[in-house]
Amino acid sequence: MNDTFQLDGSTVPFEPGQTVMQAALAAGRYIPHLCYHPEFKPHGSCKLCTVKANGRTVASCTMPAETGLDVESEIEELNALRRSLVQMLFAEGNHFCPSCEKSGNCVLQALGYDLEVHATGFRHLYPDRPLDASHPDILLDFNRCILCELCVRASSEVDGKNVFALSGRGITKHLIVNAESGKLSDTNIALTDKAMQVCPVGVILPKRVGFSVPIGERRYDQRPISAQALDDAPRQTDSSGNCAACEGTP
Amino acid sequence: MSKKLRVATTSLAGCFGCHMSILDIDERLFPLLDLIEFDRSPLTDIKHCGPCDIGLVEGGVCNAENVHVLHEFRKNCKILIAIGACAINGGLPAQRNHLDLGSCLTEVYLTEPGLLHGHIPNDPELPLPLDKVHPLHEVVKIDYFIPGCPPSADAIWKFLIDLIAGKTPELGHGLIKYD
Repeated sequence: MNDTFQLDGSTVPFEPGQTVMQAALAAGRYIPHLCYHPEFKPHGSCKLCTVKANGRTVASCTMPAETGLDVESEIEELNALRRSLVQMLFAEGNHFCPSCEKSGNCVLQALGYDLEVHATGFRHLYPDRPLDASHPDILLDFNRCILCELCVRASSEVDGKNVFALSGRGITKHLIVNAESGKLSDTNIALTDKAMQVCPVGVILPKRVGFSVPIGERRYDQRPISAQALDDAPRQTDSSGNCAACEGTP
Repeated sequence: MSKKLRVATTSLAGCFGCHMSILDIDERLFPLLDLIEFDRSPLTDIKHCGPCDIGLVEGGVCNAENVHVLHEFRKNCKILIAIGACAINGGLPAQRNHLDLGSCLTEVYLTEPGLLHGHIPNDPELPLPLDKVHPLHEVVKIDYFIPGCPPSADAIWKFLIDLIAGKTPELGHGLIKYD
């Protein structure tokens, strides 16, 4: 394989058309990310996956891999930036982990853990964002929305329903439901929709599930997100089932 | 033996859960007490803080008294640590922050069904509630934060031992928790 680039000093192979993020994950190399999801078109908005490519800061989820590119990711300068981004997301919404049923399965929280974010350090906004409990099976808690648009993308690209959208600009930007009443009960969303599975935080929740898996036994209680994300990444495997692109990682 | 570090602790708008977690350090409290001694704390019942090396503050700031106590801690403690979710982001008490304080008090003390001759408490000994509940770092400079609701005894132990040893405290997977 001829097409390779350098990531933190080691060689990463890539297929034509792959982004830096896709190639890195396929090779068993983790770059922190939040709005990127392997099944959807990259959005490039959360900036958690920012790397330095030949010295320029770019979002690795949208940056096409190029031969000879010199990518830096695991450096304190970038991790400090990532911590600030996570802190600002926490300060902007109402993220009360002790009373959130997504705790332990939450990507934002898991990123905070992995980056050793001990506190937000910013002034909290405590916005007023009423819930939408109108649907018999699904609860929307807008307090935790981080505007990643994963539900918007899933509902339009996979479910073909366009149940969700973002409205407004800047600090007034918010998630809306595509119904005349604005209520989720007036849409055709179903529990089986892809949009139900992709929320990285605790906004879109199936009702009557709650804490059926207890705190302490949840996804990111078991393993840090840096390990978990690699398990989830699509890989090319060779005939014996081993990852073809991985250097020394199972 | 070198001089013991003086440690003060208090709970502001908290539930004392973080203090229970400090007690949950259990038999390791004995080696810890070789390294530290307590100043003002619910554990000693000392009412005011003298000069201290470390202050541990649980809970956010929800009333006028909390502000005074927090300033007393900041003035006397070389290192001030916010311990637990409420100290760090206001926690459960801060869930009233998007509501009007007056309507909260009215609903709790006047209009709640079953209240007969209810009135909003106005004893001069009661500290006045603040309009909003604030995390500690919005009121004074905080040097370190131990997240968790409450942080586990292991997390508190690791943090304090690192700090006393002069290292930058790190928690790592399993010890860093926001819930």
